[in-house]
Amino acid sequence: MGLFTSSLIKKYWMAATGLFLISFLVVHAGINAMIFFNDGGQTFNEWGHFMGTNLIVRTMEIGLFLGLILHIVDGLMLYFQNRKARPIKYAYNKPSASSTWYSRSMALLGTLILIFLVIHLKDFWLKTRVTGLTVMPSHVKIDGVMHENLFAEMLLVFKNPMAVVIYLLGCFSLFWHLFHGFRSAFQSLGLNHRKYASTIELAGSVYAVVISVLFASMPVAMYLGWVK
Amino acid sequence: MSNGNMNLTLKVWRQSSNTAAGKMENYQLGGVSPDMSFLEMIDMLNDQIIRKGEDAIAFDHDCREGICGMCSMFINGEAHGPNRGVTTCQLHMRSFKDGDTIYIEPWRAEGFPVVKDLMVDRAAFDRIIQSGGFVSVNTSGRTMDANAIPIPKDDADKAFDAATCIGCGACVATCPNSSAMLFVSAKVSQFALLPQGHPERKERVLNMVKQMDEEGFGNCSNIGACEVQCPKNISIENIARMNREYLSASVKPEN
Repeated sequence: MGLFTSSLIKKYWMAATGLFLISFLVVHAGINAMIFFNDGGQTFNEWGHFMGTNLIVRTMEIGLFLGLILHIVDGLMLYFQNRKARPIKYAYNKPSASSTWYSRSMALLGTLILIFLVIHLKDFWLKTRVTGLTVMPSHVKIDGVMHENLFAEMLLVFKNPMAVVIYLLGCFSLFWHLFHGFRSAFQSLGLNHRKYASTIELAGSVYAVVISVLFASMPVAMYLGWVK
Repeated sequence: MSNGNMNLTLKVWRQSSNTAAGKMENYQLGGVSPDMSFLEMIDMLNDQIIRKGEDAIAFDHDCREGICGMCSMFINGEAHGPNRGVTTCQLHMRSFKDGDTIYIEPWRAEGFPVVKDLMVDRAAFDRIIQSGGFVSVNTSGRTMDANAIPIPKDDADKAFDAATCIGCGACVATCPNSSAMLFVSAKVSQFALLPQGHPERKERVLNMVKQMDEEGFGNCSNIGACEVQCPKNISIENIARMNREYLSASVKPEN
């Protein structure tokens, strides 16, 4: 049967990796939200230190990248196969009559998120893992232990209005991708029943709003000096 | 016109054979009564074409009462036209107005090659059914009466809803991915829900999905256009059921 040959197996992978990435975003947004304590980044930097040094977390990071790559490769395979399934297009098509634009645009939204991710990883992940932070001084002492000052790095990056705009566009794409992706994952795994379908839809909508608004508020709050 | 008849501009896909190149052709048609069905309007247009000595537009049709699943036109960008829960033959010209331009195209999918004009070959659906869309019953004369097996009302209703699928292919035609999953899931569901379908349920779903993929239909991405344009209002709950059936059959292929 093969791990990717069947159309349904591809759906399961898409859903499973999608839900995994959805759970990652909860952790990511939750820890980043520590900046809103507005304590000069102390709580946030402590959490950043824990995430950067904990062996379990670092191992899971590998899983995260694998999950992300699988989600992208699987998504691209689906996209190109689906295009091949209709070699001749309609002269006149009215897809808006029966479906939403974002449900039809998952590949496009995903590509936009991927472009944003490359910029985002270069801004933070690459610096903290490989090249070192650009902000000076790059470390700060908390309770006698040296911590990377990721908070100061964030302040530095979000001084640039172009960066703020790019991050807001990233959050916009993420919102619509999650808005369809959340409920879609449950449907793909066979979880659709009139008893709980509306609950899943509501949870997905709330999730997409909370996650993307929370992420979007961070560069804005730093740029406007609400968090410093 | 005083009697309420309409003048229409029709843009129709013309293609003389499977291998020939096709194109949209323009036709003017006057005196169309709002009481006509869409297919009667096409009959009228064909009458006009034949009188000119030209080749009539080929299109599929049979019962003309919305139950056979033969008519298959993509009208103004929608499968079976703008109305919901009806096939093309049950679409009436009162849904249009005088002076309208109407685009009429065949179903577009790799799995549905055009035979001629608006006619497509839907044998792919037959091959999917042959791969598992049946129940093997003993017809030796000692066949058990189906009504002797008690079935919960809810299951019977859901199975019946799935079984109302007429296999017209509107789901494929309207799906941006040309996916046939609504059709296949309806057939898988109607058997999976009933005790008679249970002995073969696992090999059925595995074989039907395999055949569906081989026919070149696309993958479902849960857009949901199929259930909106399905003339029998088949729900994508059936696709979820097929996903469950397939998952369980993949993990444990024996019954």
